[in-house]
Amino acid sequence: MKADNITGPEKLAHAEAFSMDRREFIKLLGSGIVIFFSTGDIDLLPQARRSRGYPEDFNAYLRIGEDGRVTCFSAKIEMGQGIITSLAQMLAEELDVSLASVDMVMGDTALCPWDSGTFGSLSTKVFGPPLRQAAAEARAVLLQLAAEKFQKPVKNLTVKEGVIWVKSTPQDKITYAQLAQGKSIQRHLSQKPPLKALKEHRISGLATHRTDSREKVTGEARFAGDIRVPGMLYARILRPPAHGAKMIKLDTSETEKIKGAQVIQDNDLVAVLHECRDIAEMGLSRIKVQFDTPLDGLNNTNIFSHLRKSASEGEAAPVTVTEAGNLETGKSEAVHTFNAAYKNHYVAHAPQENHTAVVQIEGDKATVWASTQAPFRAQTDAATALGFPPEKVRVITPFVGGGFGGKTRNQQVTEAARLAKLTGKPVQVAWSRKEEFFYDTFRPAAIVDIQSGLNKDNKIIFWDYRILFAGDRSSQPFYAIPHHRVLSTGRWGGRSGGHPFGVGAWRGPGSNTNVFAIESQIDIMAEKAGMDPLEFRLYNLKDARMKRVLQAAADKFDRPLAKAPSGRGYGVACTDYRGTYVAALAEVQADANKGEIRVKRVVCAQDTGEIINPEGIRMQIEGCITMGLGYPFTEEIRFTNGKILDENFDTYEIPRFSWLPKIETVLVDNPEVPPQGCGEPAITLMGGLLANAVYDALGARLFELPMTPSRIKAALATKKNRN
Amino acid sequence: MTNSIHFMLNGKNVRLEGKADDRMLLWTLRNDLNLTGAKFSCGEGFCGACTVLVNQEPVKSCQYPLKDVEGKHVLTIEGLSQNGEMHPLQSAFIQHNALQCGFCTPGMILTAYSLLQKNPHPTEKEILEAMEDNLCRCGAYNRIIQAITAAARAMNQTFNGGRA
Repeated sequence: MKADNITGPEKLAHAEAFSMDRREFIKLLGSGIVIFFSTGDIDLLPQARRSRGYPEDFNAYLRIGEDGRVTCFSAKIEMGQGIITSLAQMLAEELDVSLASVDMVMGDTALCPWDSGTFGSLSTKVFGPPLRQAAAEARAVLLQLAAEKFQKPVKNLTVKEGVIWVKSTPQDKITYAQLAQGKSIQRHLSQKPPLKALKEHRISGLATHRTDSREKVTGEARFAGDIRVPGMLYARILRPPAHGAKMIKLDTSETEKIKGAQVIQDNDLVAVLHECRDIAEMGLSRIKVQFDTPLDGLNNTNIFSHLRKSASEGEAAPVTVTEAGNLETGKSEAVHTFNAAYKNHYVAHAPQENHTAVVQIEGDKATVWASTQAPFRAQTDAATALGFPPEKVRVITPFVGGGFGGKTRNQQVTEAARLAKLTGKPVQVAWSRKEEFFYDTFRPAAIVDIQSGLNKDNKIIFWDYRILFAGDRSSQPFYAIPHHRVLSTGRWGGRSGGHPFGVGAWRGPGSNTNVFAIESQIDIMAEKAGMDPLEFRLYNLKDARMKRVLQAAADKFDRPLAKAPSGRGYGVACTDYRGTYVAALAEVQADANKGEIRVKRVVCAQDTGEIINPEGIRMQIEGCITMGLGYPFTEEIRFTNGKILDENFDTYEIPRFSWLPKIETVLVDNPEVPPQGCGEPAITLMGGLLANAVYDALGARLFELPMTPSRIKAALATKKNRN
Repeated sequence: MTNSIHFMLNGKNVRLEGKADDRMLLWTLRNDLNLTGAKFSCGEGFCGACTVLVNQEPVKSCQYPLKDVEGKHVLTIEGLSQNGEMHPLQSAFIQHNALQCGFCTPGMILTAYSLLQKNPHPTEKEILEAMEDNLCRCGAYNRIIQAITAAARAMNQTFNGGRA
């Protein structure tokens, strides 16, 4: 991330470190104090690590240099979620240095050991604890060095902001920088040194400004598209009009007349390159091409019957996610049963920064600058395209302009690498917005079928839950239900489902679909039970953490709920997401004639375990709520016969300033639980929360997201016919 | 292609020779002048990431022909700090953490700058209206509004203080 740090000669010296053995690598680290440590995901893909010669006993390290700067090397990346700040806080706290003296070097495959990628709200949760321990170990090493220097036992020393002194004679003091001078100490974190008690924390747990703000408000922050390499060409690539289309006729003669334009054709890859992007674009528009587009007959209206057909015909048997009691027993004890099918459409990631990569080849080595959530996957992809061994490819990840799960594959890296090889020049590939929508790995269209029942005491007695193609995350019931079963067919990514184009992880993968279904079904049962939806939830919950977070949100909302539909437009939802508990209440205003909804207020409480940067957590919750206004109301990829009809933000509407509700956040303190992730949990509530609020406003239940005006009007019509 | 164009860019004279008539301002900034603060995102004027000011008015530089800046003043994010000192809007964006990934930020700040030039005391509704065409996928809108409000307050105080 820190471009200045990346290009220093000293750092470049060990830029090739990971093609060497570990001993050589350690030699190259030079002077200073280095602590190697491994994070929780070191066990992932051990084969990939081994086959590529990466060190297997650590995947991150920190160094205290002779200048007193502390640097953490990690292949995690910063895409807005704020770990560049929260990880630095954890490090600074345990090491006893100022936050300003910490540099985070992230996402550089030459400087940072192997890492699987940045996703799943895992960075703070999985990377944070070992980072803390490494910092504590470094502090212990420094204290030991100082003890030797002053001939005093460690217990007689004290440390603050990188300075150690003797308690009884404070004039005897020495800085970390001085202690690191001329030293070359490497330690492996093998045991777990004691960490500071929470009450001693002075940096971690304190609201902190983002450390990357200054660069981002001045325009200095570099994203992949801002990289300039001498002689670089901008590539525009010819794309098919629809998924599955085959090129049958190509005429590039008009393009070739453009001065300075280079046309490349290599099997399926046809590209125009020029030193100015707009001229490459013009060249692309002059290509005459014909495609043969097979008609698969699929569109965003009939996709759900196609998914049901795929599930019954092509797929393997569903996986049992969880099971307890006996469904038949549960059904026999039920006095009311409820059947519903919940659907959601394909949703785009639509980060503000399009997929971008720059590839520069020098001799037998290549450098790649990529907007990616997975730099080491990008390294493999570029190496494969170039025919280079991976260790000859260095991937540098500048700031990433939003990812949300959409930048874990690296098609643009492969394309830039192929074109750099074919042209012999550095190449930048930056997708257009249309390409971004075409090649996005959408959040999959999916279906959840639920049958559930209440017993005579209004307790949920059984829960029969079947997922088609959403994935099973957040599908395990957290309500106390004696007889339940969760079955899941397919996954959110890969080839399952017979989707007509790519699908993949989207901020809170699977969970947005599942929480929408679960929390809608809970509300339906609450109404039948004659209870308000908050009361019904608390009555059917056993999990004390969930009750507490739900109550915290309700207290802040400070409006009594009533049995729905109350006409007031209040909604509630809660969930747990990989160890983070989150609950929200909302108020919406509905225009029944137009079928339009305005979200007026969202109150969200979150228990995310120990809090590192409360300001960072609030930012993520607010971001989740704001981004989470889109998929419930407008976001739906429209397509027909493999052609993506939404090509830009004119038809694919994402949340705007004018949609903004009043947002209030409550951080439920729970320091006993280690820090959990924050980037995804709150968005997973938004579908269920707003569907419930819409029901409370209109008395019409929406079983399909997004709740567009036409679907709302249709639901109102259904309700009218029923009455 | 042998045309010449002259304009003021961040307070300095710029003369460009032989640039294509139909080049959009964004590509002149990013390709010819290596000013990468204005971002390419939607490419059709729907998102505001490429916003710069031409004679104080926010324009979508991806849709604004270079030839139309002849004789005008162009301000990009790189020109907002004066003598190394950040503009109050930039400070307020930092203070309120009014950004996440930061890709839309230059466009946000310049649009807000233009608003405050014209209307030093905007209401929240006026801020929303002025900012409506700038998109932020990370969802920092609420903090951006707070930052603009705070910057307006700070600028008015400085201004009034200066006069007194």
